[in-house]
Amino acid sequence: MDTTKETISTEAQAAPTVGTYLKSHMRDYGMLIALIVIMGMFQFLTDGTLMRPANLTNLFLQNSYIIIMAIGMLLVIVAGHIDLSVGSVVGFIGALAAVMSVNYHLPTIVVVPVCLIAGLIIGGIQGYWIAYWRIPAFIVTLAGMLVFRGLTLTLLQGQSVGPFPSSFQLLSTGFIPDVFGVGRPNVTAIALGVITSSIIVFLAARTRSRALKYGIQDEPFVFFIVKNVLIAGAIIYLCYLLSTYRGLPNVLITMGVLIAIYTFVTNSTVIGRRIYALGGNEKAAKLSGINTERLTFLTFANMGMLAAAAGLIFAARLNTATPKAGFAFELDVIAAVFIGGASMSGGVGKIIGAVIGAFIMGVMNNGMSIMGIGIDWQQVIKGLVLLLAVIFDVYNKQKAR
Amino acid sequence: MENIILEMRGITKTFPGVKALDNVNLKVKEGEIHALVGENGAGKSTLMKVLSGVYPYGSYDGDILFNGEVMAFSGIADSEKQGIIIIHQELALVPLLSIAENVFLGNENIEGGIINWPHTFKRTQELLKKVGLKESSATLVGRLGVGKQQLVEIAKALAKDVKLLILDEPTSALQENDSAKLLDLLLEFKAQGISSILITHKLNEISRVADSITVIRDGASVSTLDCQVNDISEADIIRDMVGRDLANRYPARDSHIGELLMQVREWNVWHPDSLDRQMIHDIEFHVRAGEVVGIAGLMGSGRTELAMSLFGKSYGKNIQGKVSLRGQEVDVSTVPKAIQCGLAYVTEDRKELGLILEETIQTNTTLANLERVSSRGVIDETIERRVSEEYRKAMRIRTPSVFQKVMNLSGGNQQKVVLSKWLYSQPDVLILDEPTRGIDVGAKFEIYSIINQLADDGKGVVMISSEMPELLGMCDRIYVMNEGRFVGELDKAQASQEKIMSMIVNA
Repeated sequence: MDTTKETISTEAQAAPTVGTYLKSHMRDYGMLIALIVIMGMFQFLTDGTLMRPANLTNLFLQNSYIIIMAIGMLLVIVAGHIDLSVGSVVGFIGALAAVMSVNYHLPTIVVVPVCLIAGLIIGGIQGYWIAYWRIPAFIVTLAGMLVFRGLTLTLLQGQSVGPFPSSFQLLSTGFIPDVFGVGRPNVTAIALGVITSSIIVFLAARTRSRALKYGIQDEPFVFFIVKNVLIAGAIIYLCYLLSTYRGLPNVLITMGVLIAIYTFVTNSTVIGRRIYALGGNEKAAKLSGINTERLTFLTFANMGMLAAAAGLIFAARLNTATPKAGFAFELDVIAAVFIGGASMSGGVGKIIGAVIGAFIMGVMNNGMSIMGIGIDWQQVIKGLVLLLAVIFDVYNKQKAR
Repeated sequence: MENIILEMRGITKTFPGVKALDNVNLKVKEGEIHALVGENGAGKSTLMKVLSGVYPYGSYDGDILFNGEVMAFSGIADSEKQGIIIIHQELALVPLLSIAENVFLGNENIEGGIINWPHTFKRTQELLKKVGLKESSATLVGRLGVGKQQLVEIAKALAKDVKLLILDEPTSALQENDSAKLLDLLLEFKAQGISSILITHKLNEISRVADSITVIRDGASVSTLDCQVNDISEADIIRDMVGRDLANRYPARDSHIGELLMQVREWNVWHPDSLDRQMIHDIEFHVRAGEVVGIAGLMGSGRTELAMSLFGKSYGKNIQGKVSLRGQEVDVSTVPKAIQCGLAYVTEDRKELGLILEETIQTNTTLANLERVSSRGVIDETIERRVSEEYRKAMRIRTPSVFQKVMNLSGGNQQKVVLSKWLYSQPDVLILDEPTRGIDVGAKFEIYSIINQLADDGKGVVMISSEMPELLGMCDRIYVMNEGRFVGELDKAQASQEKIMSMIVNA
């Protein structure tokens, strides 16, 4: 019995100071701090271009589809699998949308749901082989990657198809209009920022008060206040910056809603909990009465749908469907999830981590492009950041043992 | 004066925040079997890691003297060069390679950069003979049972010209007859002048083979006992291990046996991969409320296969038979259905099959019954926390909070988490498969008390165990199993180790 060890750790937990708390939660906050540092660095190196409203808007538009897929990929990776096909699915869905809207003149209101369902089916088919036939996800989705890239070429007959009708373009390039009619600054944007940050602070405070009631809160009060002030401040400031340009892009809203939904699903629902259990120890999960096959199937179907959503947004942004659309996206998405702290062996990872990971990649892409660094060195630097992030994670984990 | 082959002097090893070893002394005489005992987490494995160079020279304080010289190992390769070879609890064999390839793995017979296979196979065959294995050296290791694999490990050690053999709980996964063989082998080595250190929880083994005993408790060496001089009883050792007297190893219980809870009839199961192999033959048994029923049998007799096939067909193909609970025939064909019916199965391998090690105690506790802490698919964390706290207290899981990851818990505490999980699923009948495997003496007593409490609460308990004294101490009734069949049934009053063994042997 490790009585000595226990007393030590109990004492350490009795009165955590901000310093010790931060140290023990380095893994949770490390990547967020890294993102802030990277943003600060590029803000300096680009003489303030990075945070200019126009560039910031661009940054969100550029990265929205990666972030949306990172959400789905996080679930897949937490479940202990991988999906290599998402880049090709982005291309295929873009092509499908183009053929439907441009060649057959179908209205956007039909095209969008059809494409989302197509993505759901694609993910479902791949998930079926992985879940019920136990064919490794790496192989199934590698096959999917080839198949859907080929089908993209077939659908488009090797050519770019566009432009899309304007209603379709709104998916990506649309902005929330200012209901207050001020225009610039866009008061709606600021109002939405204030509302969102109040909701976040309110939920955090409620969780904290509940935890305090049970006497199991170890986060220092000062830390709690500072953290929430920073988060709320950051959101409002970002919204303010965006409001001085064209307001909040539609994709930002889509992204925000998806992040909120999936954060809730992973944190608070039975199905979310079970996905973590499945990835953490599949056999134990199965023997605990969890239908692991169905769960695996669902995570892939979900991934397919989110890849379809990303494909629509990407096609809308380029305003054309090209055979090369989505090429190598799967690598950015997977990198984002791992930078965000997910574990290769499954069972560990957070939605917000994947989102931060995607932003780290996005800010680096954007900042380095502004600085005029060539694509060659960009790749090298991105590769090293991925490696460093995972080393940092592993190092923290070993230190914790 | 006998030669001291190994002396570890004042070994102190600190990890950040924890002193794992504090001034530990260990002296092993040449040609003796030295038992190293202590509870889980006492520091035995750490000490052996220091000795074998896993923790290199300089990372600890104190001296290692081997044949009188101070050693400064910087890795396992250094200690193996000196003839100090450790066989870990988890065997380090490659299942898809042959015995010969495994025996000479990392120690290949090389001539001019090329492996001399004929020589390798011949040498292996000789070594196998020494350890009493009749298998061909070309057999794949994966085809062997655990007991034989253990012998392959020993052959591997012999191939390296071993002087000091360290065995870390070598018999924990072995049957009594395999264990006995292994211990005989140690005695044989002793006759040839090879010294060994035997780490074990099984006190009967110690009294059988050990020449001296060192007891470690809380990272410090408590005592060294010489078995040839003194007459040492198991109670003495236990007292040193736990630092207190353990009057009775099995807590007493007044049985109040009630109605018939579960009945299994004509249960037949075939092997999942080869359909012509029948693993379970016509098994019939029942459990009453408030009753602890044991299933005795050697490893490989089909005990785990029986339990897992009952629990949602988790093992086997072509399963036939009937299960009734409280007189009603029930469908237990999937795990969720089995849980729904009130069945729970605590696996023999808690790390592989029982727990999500990366997750917290809280998450593991509610995993099998998330419906009870959620409404419309949303988990109420407040309720979940309250529930897991209740179980933490009731089970006396020693941890600062339910947010502790279970991988940081000791074996006994981990087992209590598994039990919490299954109790929270509110079963009527619990099947416990080796519930005390790899758990130290003190924690075993607590697990036994929990089992007794379950029976007192009117649940039916089926207990599978390889340790016969445990079954005799705990069960109201014992079924004896051999080669997939029940070959006997004994009441508490009639049961004895001899009777069980003779039923198995005469089956």
